[in-house]
This record gives sequence, C-alpha cells and structure tokens, in this order.
Amino acid sequence: MNRPLWRRFLRPRLRRVDVAVAVLLAVLGFAAVVQVRSTQEDGPLATARQEDLVQILDELSNRNDRLRDEVSALEQARAELTTGGDQSDAALAEARRRAQLLGILAGTVPAQGPGLLLTITDPDGRITPDVLLDALEELRAAGAEAVQLEGPVDLSVDPSEASVGDSVRVVVSTALVDGDDGGVVVDGRALYPPYRFVVVGEPSTLASAVAIPGGVVDNVEQRGGRVLVEQRDEVVVGALRALEEPRYARPAPQDGD
Amino acid sequence: MIPALALVVGVVLGLVLEPTVPAALQPYLPIAVVAALDAVFGAVRAQLEGIFDDRVFVVSFVSNVLVAGLVVFLGDQLGVGGQLSTGVVVVLGIRIFSNAAAIRRHVFHA
Repeated sequence: MNRPLWRRFLRPRLRRVDVAVAVLLAVLGFAAVVQVRSTQEDGPLATARQEDLVQILDELSNRNDRLRDEVSALEQARAELTTGGDQSDAALAEARRRAQLLGILAGTVPAQGPGLLLTITDPDGRITPDVLLDALEELRAAGAEAVQLEGPVDLSVDPSEASVGDSVRVVVSTALVDGDDGGVVVDGRALYPPYRFVVVGEPSTLASAVAIPGGVVDNVEQRGGRVLVEQRDEVVVGALRALEEPRYARPAPQDGD
Repeated sequence: MIPALALVVGVVLGLVLEPTVPAALQPYLPIAVVAALDAVFGAVRAQLEGIFDDRVFVVSFVSNVLVAGLVVFLGDQLGVGGQLSTGVVVVLGIRIFSNAAAIRRHVFHA
C-alpha cells in the first residue's frame, strides 16, 4: 500500500493466466534463439528434411562418381605420358648413340680404341699419294674404323707423345694429291714425310694386312722408304673435320617414317 | 511489460544455456517458432484493438504450435513433410503479415 509501484507490478502475477502468458513468451524466445543458433552452427544440412538429405546425398554420390571417373581418366593419361616420356628418353638416347657412331664415320668426333700406328718414312722423296692411298685402302679393307694421317712425324720420340706437324682425319671423301713442294696434300692440307697413319681397328688384322707380300711394306721399301708398324691397345684418332652441310642432298622419305 | 520481460528472459536463457536441439524435435522446432510468432502477432493486434483476452492467447498459442507440429508430423508420415512444412510456413507467414499490417494501421493510423 505504501509501495503502489510494487503492487501494480505484482498484481498481474497473481493471475495464473498471466503466468502462463509469460511462460509461453519465455519459451518462444528461448526456442527462437535455440533454433537460430542451431541453424547457424550446424549449417543447412542439420535442419534439412530427410528427402532433401537423400537428394543431396544422391547428388553428392553422382558427383563423386563423376570425379572418380575423371581421376581414373587423368591417371591413365598420366601413365601414358610417363611411359611416353620413357619412350622418348630411350629414343633420344638411341639418337645420341647413332649421332656418335655417325660422327666417328664422318670424322666430327674423336675416336679411340685398339689399333695401329703405321709410320712410313720417305728419305728419297718417292712416296707418292698413290702409295699412301694404297696403304689406306689396305687398312680399310682390313677393317679400319677411324683413320687419321699425320706428317711430318718426329721419329726420335715415342709415337704416343710425338708432336706431329699436322694431322688430317681420313674420311670417305678424303682425297690425296701431289704437293707442290714434295709431300702430299690431303683434303687441302699439305703433309710432309715421314707420314703416319693412326688407325683404330683390330691391330693384328691391320698389321698382317700391311705386311702381305706385294702390299704396303713391299711397295714402300721399293721406293726407298721404311715402314714401322706398332700395334697398340689404345690409339686416339683426335683429328676432327667440320661437318659440311650438303648443298643439294636431302634425306629421302623412308618406308616406316 | 511482464510478457516482454519474459520474452527477454527466454532469449537470455537460450543465449546462456546454448542447448542443442534434440534430433526428434529438429523438424518441428522452426515450425513451432513460426506458429508461436503468429499467435504473438495476433495477440499484439488484439491488444491494440482492445479485444485481447489472455486466455484466448494462451489457448491459441498452444494450439497453433500443436497444430503446426501435427501437420508437419502428418506430412512426414505421408512422405510430403517438406512440402507441408513449406505450406504451413507460407500460411503462417501470410497471417503474420496481415496481423503486422493491422498493427501498423493501429500504431501509425496509416
């Protein structure tokens, strides 16, 4: 009575239905907040209905299947690329090997191996290019794989350490002609006696080829020269020549290319 | 005054307690909240029109919530729960809108 504010405040509480209203509204606020929070926390899936979930699951599994297909396709492509890479590596290695072999034939790369040093002296100046050419043909017939011709050779030192005047790689197109002042001109380069062939090949076969009666040795000795044959386990044909690009010839298409 | 305080108390309780919704109630809670909101808006409108009866409010609140939950439950049993709950939300939303329009007319006289 002396606190009318209190009483005005309290009076509705005395009625049960007011209490019920208050409880219902409290429940409403509580439920709304709970619902909002659970929606925010769990994301859309937690409140989704069963059939929606089934549909979402279907879509996900479809998508999963598609992605799995894509994965297997990509893995297959990767496997193909990997083996393809191996094949192209092998092809590249093979091509390099063939380039090396062709380089030995063409004289563009140094060659080494067992072989022969064939030294020809010419004290009388009667060794003509055809004598050397005969010797070269004999060596080739005996299986010479890489040849260089040197001269003049210093006979007083060991052949493997001798510094030679000049050396020319002998290849298919090599030509030997008379020099103006003695000696021979090999592919445009003048060499003077004593000459020396450095040959890679089977040493004993080469040696017996030059020693046959009527062969290189006889021929040189008839012209007052002397032949020294030294078989070696390792000779180095180090003289190189530049590769000349053919002006007219082009590779013709081959079957299977 | 008391109802507004009760609403605030409920909100605070929900924020403080952070309860998780039981799985069985999850489809029904949002529908129940919307149905209760409809009852509250109707009560505010009746109050403004001077015809508010707290007994009517209590009964309409409880029955709204129960009927909405029942409709959704039936829909779930029949396999059309999603569509029915959408329908219930649409109907209740329309009622809330119309009640809100009436409240607006009483408050702003426009």
